[in-house]
Amino acid sequence: MRPERWRALTALGLALTAGLVALAVSLTLTGYDAASALSALWLGGFGTSEGLLSATLPRAVPLILIGLGLGVAFRGGALNIGAEGQFYAGAGVATWIGLSLGGWPRPVAVALVLLGGAGAGLLYGLVPVWLRLRFGVLEVISTLLLNFVAEGVISYLVQGPLMEPRHIYPQSALLPLAARLPLWTGTRLHLGMALALTLAVGIWVFERRTRPGFMLYAAGVNPSAAWIMGRIDTRKVFALALLASAGLAGLAGGAEISGSTYALFQNLSPGYGFTGIAVALLARLHPLGIVASGLLFAGLEAGAGAMQRDAGVPAVIVSVVEAAIILTVLLGDAASRRRLSPATGI
Amino acid sequence: MTDPLRLTGISKRFGSVVALQRVDFRVAPGEIHALLGENGAGKSTLMKVAFGLTRPEAGTITLAGVEYPFVTPVIARRHGVGMVHQHFTAIPALSVLENVTLAAGWRPGRSAWLRLRDTMSEAGITLDPDTRAGDLSAGQKQRLEVLQALAGKTSVLLLDEPSSVLSPPDAEALLDLVRRSRDRGVAAVLITHKLGEALEYGDSITVLRRGAVAFTGPADQVTRHVLIQHMLGDAPPAPVTPPRCNPGAVRLEVANLSVDPLGGTGTGLRQATLQLRAGELVGVAALEGNGHRELLRCLAGLVPSSGGSLQRSGVVSFIPEDRTTEGLIGEFSLTRNVALIRGTPAPWLAGPWIDWSQASQHTASLLARHAISALGPDALAGSLSGGNQQRLLIAEALARDPAILIAENPTRGLDVQAATLVSQRLGEAAAAGVAVLVFHPDLDELLSIATRILVLAGGRLHEAKVGATRDEIGRLMLGEPDAA
Repeated sequence: MRPERWRALTALGLALTAGLVALAVSLTLTGYDAASALSALWLGGFGTSEGLLSATLPRAVPLILIGLGLGVAFRGGALNIGAEGQFYAGAGVATWIGLSLGGWPRPVAVALVLLGGAGAGLLYGLVPVWLRLRFGVLEVISTLLLNFVAEGVISYLVQGPLMEPRHIYPQSALLPLAARLPLWTGTRLHLGMALALTLAVGIWVFERRTRPGFMLYAAGVNPSAAWIMGRIDTRKVFALALLASAGLAGLAGGAEISGSTYALFQNLSPGYGFTGIAVALLARLHPLGIVASGLLFAGLEAGAGAMQRDAGVPAVIVSVVEAAIILTVLLGDAASRRRLSPATGI
Repeated sequence: MTDPLRLTGISKRFGSVVALQRVDFRVAPGEIHALLGENGAGKSTLMKVAFGLTRPEAGTITLAGVEYPFVTPVIARRHGVGMVHQHFTAIPALSVLENVTLAAGWRPGRSAWLRLRDTMSEAGITLDPDTRAGDLSAGQKQRLEVLQALAGKTSVLLLDEPSSVLSPPDAEALLDLVRRSRDRGVAAVLITHKLGEALEYGDSITVLRRGAVAFTGPADQVTRHVLIQHMLGDAPPAPVTPPRCNPGAVRLEVANLSVDPLGGTGTGLRQATLQLRAGELVGVAALEGNGHRELLRCLAGLVPSSGGSLQRSGVVSFIPEDRTTEGLIGEFSLTRNVALIRGTPAPWLAGPWIDWSQASQHTASLLARHAISALGPDALAGSLSGGNQQRLLIAEALARDPAILIAENPTRGLDVQAATLVSQRLGEAAAAGVAVLVFHPDLDELLSIATRILVLAGGRLHEAKVGATRDEIGRLMLGEPDAA
């Protein structure tokens, strides 16, 4: 293994340690029993097959799918902050398609639901692309704001057109069996995980070995050199990168409906679109790393639930760990960049 | 009178690279001290130490008699040190008056206006105080920078390669201004890698080589030859002989080509007509803003034309002026940069797949063939010196087997040796049948390599007659048509 990769992994290990130490300290300071809380966290997230297969892995699916997309977007220089909204767009359309496919053969129905989700996310991503290329509106702002629009529309849908038949709960009816992703018997782990892993490998190969993948890198790092020396149409790369991430976020929404919840409701996402940003950044946009960091964040959140249940510690305290991990990694990055190019470190 | 600036035993390293090694340097009151050296010799670093932009590991900085282990720009300014940077530092949205007030730390208001007027009349600079800095021309912007550095009680002016971003007349005007300041008792340090400039404007000259002082003494007691020896450490490279030219087939033909000005300034290109043949090395002479950028970039297919016709045959390779931001991706390995430049299908770049091991082999062989010193094909492009970066760019531009090579100021910022090598490569390419078009701001350099010269003035293209002298071409550049 190359030395810089060792350094990156060491930094990651340090970050994890820092996160856990930060958690233990804040637990102790707030008067909780750190040992029992941490053991609940571990058992709930990774330590038991129940926690791993039914809590962590299902949660990891949307995080990995969104993280993979954002990895591509960030590589290509598109700062998509709107995965949350694109996730909802995908979930909404997937629900609508799924509810109308009752009698269809399962593989076809599931494929249509997932494709519908991906397509919806992609179409939703066209809005910021158009705004940027036509009017120069920065995608950071437009995608962020479109999140609220999507959440509002979902809120309307589950209380109006898509509300369940009895009109009691603000949620959609349950998807027919035909439209549901198969589960691993006895767990809540669904086939979406296989899809996420396949896509991770695919994107990894795409970025490492193919011409378009290389163009994505080049356009993201230095658009003017990419155009002048490589004649790469950087506007096109930007558009495609953002659309790819929006499509993957939409796919995550579809997979969540078809594999996990079977119904659409408000607050379907506990902030997957935003945690996905951290997932991508923690992995330094590396597709296989995104799988690992997606699992880590999913495990932390699953464990947080267990911690609240078993040790009475509020689950939000886990955000302390997440923040500590991200900050440590960013710090390590900044430090190593300074070390590599001392000339700029005035 | 104490020296306004004295540096003693200054050492500075960046990682494992020694930038400065026990350097002593002093500026006497009222002298222009030229600090000469090749790229990477440590000139800029030394001045950054003096102005407090970087801290030395050892040595002392004495400003107007006060000794410091290191300084900050605030301390330096307080002791009357002013610096004119290579890049423009004025804030475009603020007026001339506001920029100078800000830089000098004056209290805004009428008193600042009066002080600006005094400073301008003392320095002999005339600028409208109410014009926004963003609306000034390049030459005016540079004068504003000088004004900022002079405002307050400045006793020594540090100028970081002021002529590298200016057209020759603007640079000359600026250096004359420095001279006038000198006559009023303001000392100046002129960082440059141009021998002529150091000899013409310097009262004293210090030569830095590899971070150490190689020579220091009065300017009137040295010759060009001695200085080159001190700079290079060995005999100066042989002058380039213009290549013999047997023009072949027409590779590029342009009629009445017009291009809108790039970046909204300058004249753009107006109805240019020209032909480029295989085996020619055509030089473009022009002052900044007279259309050379538009011509070269349009011929390279990077900018659309607004009128006229353009016919090209074969592959076109283009070498942009700024190799660090436009020519190479510093964060990428050499192999990846080569793959980017290659663009058109290579055996390892056919279809959607890239064979990186073959790309790496190709890069390694380029490095070996062209004596480019790098750690290997996996080294980051940003880690190479300017000369090696440019050699790699040219090597790969030619490895694409182009019919036409267009180069924008290809020796910019290179030291004498590296520049000579680059010029040689261009000559060899032409001799091998490539149609070469090159812009260079230095007329002497252009005359020494080009087989014919085109002059752009006010966006109009003229051909200099065969055997035209430097003066004749210079007059054409200023737009005096009777000179042709």
